[in-house]
Amino acid sequence: MNKLKRYAGILWMLLGPLTCYFLISTAIAEIKSKPVIDTKIQWAVFVIVFIPIAIGMVIFGWYALQGEYDQLPENSDDVAD
Amino acid sequence: MKPQNKGIWKIIGASSLGTLIEWYDFYIFGSLATVIANQFFPKTNPTAALLSTLATFAAGFIVRPFGALVFGRLGDMIGRKYTFLLTLVLMGGATFGIGLVPGYDKIGFAAPIIVLLLRLLQGLALGGEYGGAATYVAEHAPADKRGYFTSWIQTTATLGLFVSLGVILLTRHGLDSDPAKSIAKFNDWGWRIPFLVSILLVGVSIYIRLKMSESPLYAKLKSEGKTSVNPLKESFAHKGNLKMVLLALFGATMGQGVIWYTGQFYAQSFLENVCKLDFDQSRTILIWAIVFATPFFVVFGSLSDRIGRKWIMIIGMLAGVLLYRPIFTMFKNDTNVKEWLQQELVVVKQDSSTTVLVNQTLAITKTVFQTKDNIQFTETKTDTLQANNMRIADTKPLYSGVTLNTATYTKFAALVFLLILFVTMVYGPIAAFLVELFPTKIRYTSMSLPYHIGNGVFGGLTPFIATLLTTIYTNDALIGLWYPIVVAAVCMIIGTLYINNKIDPNVND
Repeated sequence: MNKLKRYAGILWMLLGPLTCYFLISTAIAEIKSKPVIDTKIQWAVFVIVFIPIAIGMVIFGWYALQGEYDQLPENSDDVAD
Repeated sequence: MKPQNKGIWKIIGASSLGTLIEWYDFYIFGSLATVIANQFFPKTNPTAALLSTLATFAAGFIVRPFGALVFGRLGDMIGRKYTFLLTLVLMGGATFGIGLVPGYDKIGFAAPIIVLLLRLLQGLALGGEYGGAATYVAEHAPADKRGYFTSWIQTTATLGLFVSLGVILLTRHGLDSDPAKSIAKFNDWGWRIPFLVSILLVGVSIYIRLKMSESPLYAKLKSEGKTSVNPLKESFAHKGNLKMVLLALFGATMGQGVIWYTGQFYAQSFLENVCKLDFDQSRTILIWAIVFATPFFVVFGSLSDRIGRKWIMIIGMLAGVLLYRPIFTMFKNDTNVKEWLQQELVVVKQDSSTTVLVNQTLAITKTVFQTKDNIQFTETKTDTLQANNMRIADTKPLYSGVTLNTATYTKFAALVFLLILFVTMVYGPIAAFLVELFPTKIRYTSMSLPYHIGNGVFGGLTPFIATLLTTIYTNDALIGLWYPIVVAAVCMIIGTLYINNKIDPNVND
């Protein structure tokens, strides 16, 4: 199970950039096809909000790959480390 | 310190009432999006007005994570009690303020700007409220009933929506004995009442909360001088805690958020905009579904004390992934106007009117039809009148006001009930799950952020993104569902792989 958790980490790390690519390419296409202020605002909001989350997904994947989730903390002292 | 059962109901009641009122305040804005658009945004382009309001709505959700950081930090530094008192005052003040802002026709662009700022303030306050209330109750609850007691806090989001829908419907129909006049008054000025009423509710809740004492676990920590000096740094700059924040977000709250908003908001939006259901019917369907589904928050919260939190949440997500498309397909197929137009229809009512514009006159004909199954709908035809009184039909007829017969209405209410049942599975145990994941001294901050990114950003944007997808890919009315389905599926896989099903026996550390 721990091996699967670690290998799946690669998938989560790829999911981050993939989401960014999909988001930015769709935003560009949509803004080009409807260059009005509403389209620009809504897609800017999506890009600004979801890119940090995608980065978080990459970090999560990295931690998973490193085996950080092999054993979850049993008490708060482990969490605070 | 051993948490005592005595007085727990007082604690739950006081915490839940305030949280319910905050949700109520937050949701009346979303529920009245169209009316508010007419009041505060330029009326020349209704779509732009609606989008602006939805953007404001989204802004309300996007600032929630910032509220979680600001108030979470305060809650971990000065205490739970005063922090969530502050969020309540902010929320009540902002809601009351929206009810007082003059319309765009009176003060111009200042109106939407003030409304936007007040909406942002609402988002900030909500971001601080939930984590405080959930933490406060959990820190009073005995270990074997933590899921059960915190599930009462979990009912407040749905009940806040319920109360907001109820107040809106009552106000909409209570302003005049003539229903049409009552609705017109509501759209003109009556929409302000639900906002203004909030100040009374908030006043009562502040009074109750002032009488509450600090969380025993936090008070002990403070008396020992062990509170966190920098909760933000300890929560997000320390790998040990950051990895748990990320796990909470990607393995639980992001899926919970989309399931919540698909069941309780996108469903309503779909019934109204795709199925063209009558305003009152789409809302009363949701009200009935909420009434019957709400007890299940407590059922699943309580069950999670016995079998663990993980699998209940995962099954809730799986149900959404597998059943959203079949359920929404039923909504769509049962309100297929094109199919009804093939039948022999009875004309119930027909009204004609003319509107004179700058260089043309429009003749508008509204016809109410009834199908053989007693379903009614309105067809609106707009023709251009020429000088010789010739009519030119220049637009496709529009269909709206679908009024279902009793059998279909009951079926729709049952299907929405099912959607909300999935919500109760993912949402009922989640407060206890999040509380158990983090240490007391940074709990408020650490649990608030993943909750509000999951619920606020992923969930709150669901109706918006789903609707947007239908405007990009116009051939499939159900395309919008792929957003919650994909997000819930990813979250379900992460949750299944990485979260364990253990119940933390000790949250005192």
